[in-house]
Amino acid sequence: MKLHEYQAKQVFADAGIPTPASQLASDVDGAVAAAEEIGYPVAIKAQVQVGGRGKAGGIKLVDDEDEAREAADEILGMDLKGYHVGSVLVEEAVDFTNELYVGITMDRGEGKPVAMVSTKGGVNIEEVAEEDPDAIAREHIDPSFGMHPYQARKAVYDAGVDQAIARDVSSVLTTLYQLWDDRDGADAEINPLMVTADDEVIAADAVMNIDEDALFRQPELAEMEAEAASTGDELEQMADEYDFDYVRLEGNVGIIGNGAGLVMTTLDLVDHYGGEPANFLDVGGGAKAARIANALDMVFSDDNVDSVVFNIFGGITRGDEVARGINEALEQFDEIPKPVVVRLAGTNWEEGMEILNEDLVTVEQTLEDAVQRAVEYAGEVSEQ
Amino acid sequence: MSVLVDDDTRVVVQGITGGEGKFHAEQMMEYGTNVVAGAVPGKGGQEAAGVPVYNTVHEAVEEENADTSVIFVPPAFAGDAIFESLDSGLDLAVAITEGVPTQDMARVNKRLSETDTRLIGPNCPGLITPGEAKLGILPGNIFAEGNVGLVSRSGTLTYQVVDSLTNRGIGQTTAIGIGGDPIIGTDFVDALDLFENDPETDAIVMCGEIGGEDEEEAAAFIDEHVDTPVAGFIAGRTAPPGKRMGHAGAIVSGSGTGTAESKINALNDAGVPVGDTPEEVADHIEGFLD
Repeated sequence: MKLHEYQAKQVFADAGIPTPASQLASDVDGAVAAAEEIGYPVAIKAQVQVGGRGKAGGIKLVDDEDEAREAADEILGMDLKGYHVGSVLVEEAVDFTNELYVGITMDRGEGKPVAMVSTKGGVNIEEVAEEDPDAIAREHIDPSFGMHPYQARKAVYDAGVDQAIARDVSSVLTTLYQLWDDRDGADAEINPLMVTADDEVIAADAVMNIDEDALFRQPELAEMEAEAASTGDELEQMADEYDFDYVRLEGNVGIIGNGAGLVMTTLDLVDHYGGEPANFLDVGGGAKAARIANALDMVFSDDNVDSVVFNIFGGITRGDEVARGINEALEQFDEIPKPVVVRLAGTNWEEGMEILNEDLVTVEQTLEDAVQRAVEYAGEVSEQ
Repeated sequence: MSVLVDDDTRVVVQGITGGEGKFHAEQMMEYGTNVVAGAVPGKGGQEAAGVPVYNTVHEAVEEENADTSVIFVPPAFAGDAIFESLDSGLDLAVAITEGVPTQDMARVNKRLSETDTRLIGPNCPGLITPGEAKLGILPGNIFAEGNVGLVSRSGTLTYQVVDSLTNRGIGQTTAIGIGGDPIIGTDFVDALDLFENDPETDAIVMCGEIGGEDEEEAAAFIDEHVDTPVAGFIAGRTAPPGKRMGHAGAIVSGSGTGTAESKINALNDAGVPVGDTPEEVADHIEGFLD
């Protein structure tokens, strides 16, 4: 789960990392008042969970009230790569001479956290990593000891950071690691870490991704997640409420299955047979009838969906429970809104087949047949 | 013949008094697995699923000579449970638990390198040697005894591919679900090495997915060290960058690493055919065995 910039900045500032003065605003008057209080020039920044906000027109630098009013009016309510902008961060514009990058992430190949420092900040660091990997100094951390101070210094000097600010950058890096460790971070990044003419460093942006699996021990951050999620995609919010692993896609074949790998495979087969997946929906292991009904309800709520394929290979999940859930969801309709194809295999699949109401669904025995049928239906429906 | 598990394996089930722990302990025993004990703090002296329960894994090792643990402990306590099994000197620990925090696994990973215990998982279905024993939650009835080794990052995808094999009369030596998390114990390379050195394994299926670089590393290993024919499958060809597809590890990073394409290319370059569908994987295996 990714914190909004304003949330991450708050977390960083609370830990002692220098950040620019800023205020959150959700309407134009609020944004202007915030700008007056902070003092021009200020940056007005859309608070949405997408990268490349600047290029998409979601960040504007303004010098006076008129410009602030115009920029806030433009950004608030805009649609930024599919996300509605409900609030802006009004932030002191920092006069900088240099931009650095500092970050902590989990190096999954090594199974260890890694601290990274680069003097090539302010740009897409993933591009730097690809084109000029030596421009990023890396230091692996033993997770059972944490970061030793010398490791922070080593990364900073290896990156070629100027002597005058090396101490402050090391301190920011150490604090960032501590935060990452304490808060179950997946990634924690500052890009850019701006350097002023007076050799001060200041976090002009803040990225904090939290390990979803660790939210149970991060109640404060879990609350922030609720706040962050409330501005996201409607169907994805619904999936959060139902606690499904769900990703919305561009196509028209709705897909429900159990287990991430099997659901991904079902998506790939839809594509293979000439269809386009509308979503990834994993009901997880051991789903009971009510959960199956919720999944169907969810996929039906997506207007783009023209047909639905169920692919269940039971291990813990039982075919009879799945069949009951499908019946339950479909029996409430006088007319089934979208054709549903079901493929059941594994635990209790035979019991499931007996329970399934075949007046309401199309049953197929194999994954291949089920997917082809759903693709066929989606084609027919969208041609109507 | 088998790798890692057979009917002599002496299993302690951590979390045996929980709903899942008890159910699957019984299922494992029904399959023929030699479950000798349970370990649950505070429940020592009780009995569950017909075996004695101890407060600690150490006791289960001392009293019942357990050499392998299967872990059904909730995510918040799973990291600690894995540490306990490593500290008890077991040969093998299989962690079924889904949702173990990644930082806990980083600490486990560090300890793993200091012990002789092999870890499988977490967030995995376990492993099975058909006809002998299963450790975990795999449905035993779809597997058959035979000469194909299988290693997979995904549980239900394992079932799908095994089903395709078994339906054609192709059985398995051992099937290992290694789990889809970013940090796991036994990985593709470890499992491929085991199968390569198993005289009964004549062909290998490797099921991977988007995210990370494990499949690319496996491809390099196959190229150098594996003579047994391998067929592959990669899930997630249609996954968009930046979105996590269920598994914590299944996410394509923005810079284009970890894609299905890069994995398929790496495997193809190592001489491993990759099926577009699970049935095509079975076709390749059939071809190898002819």
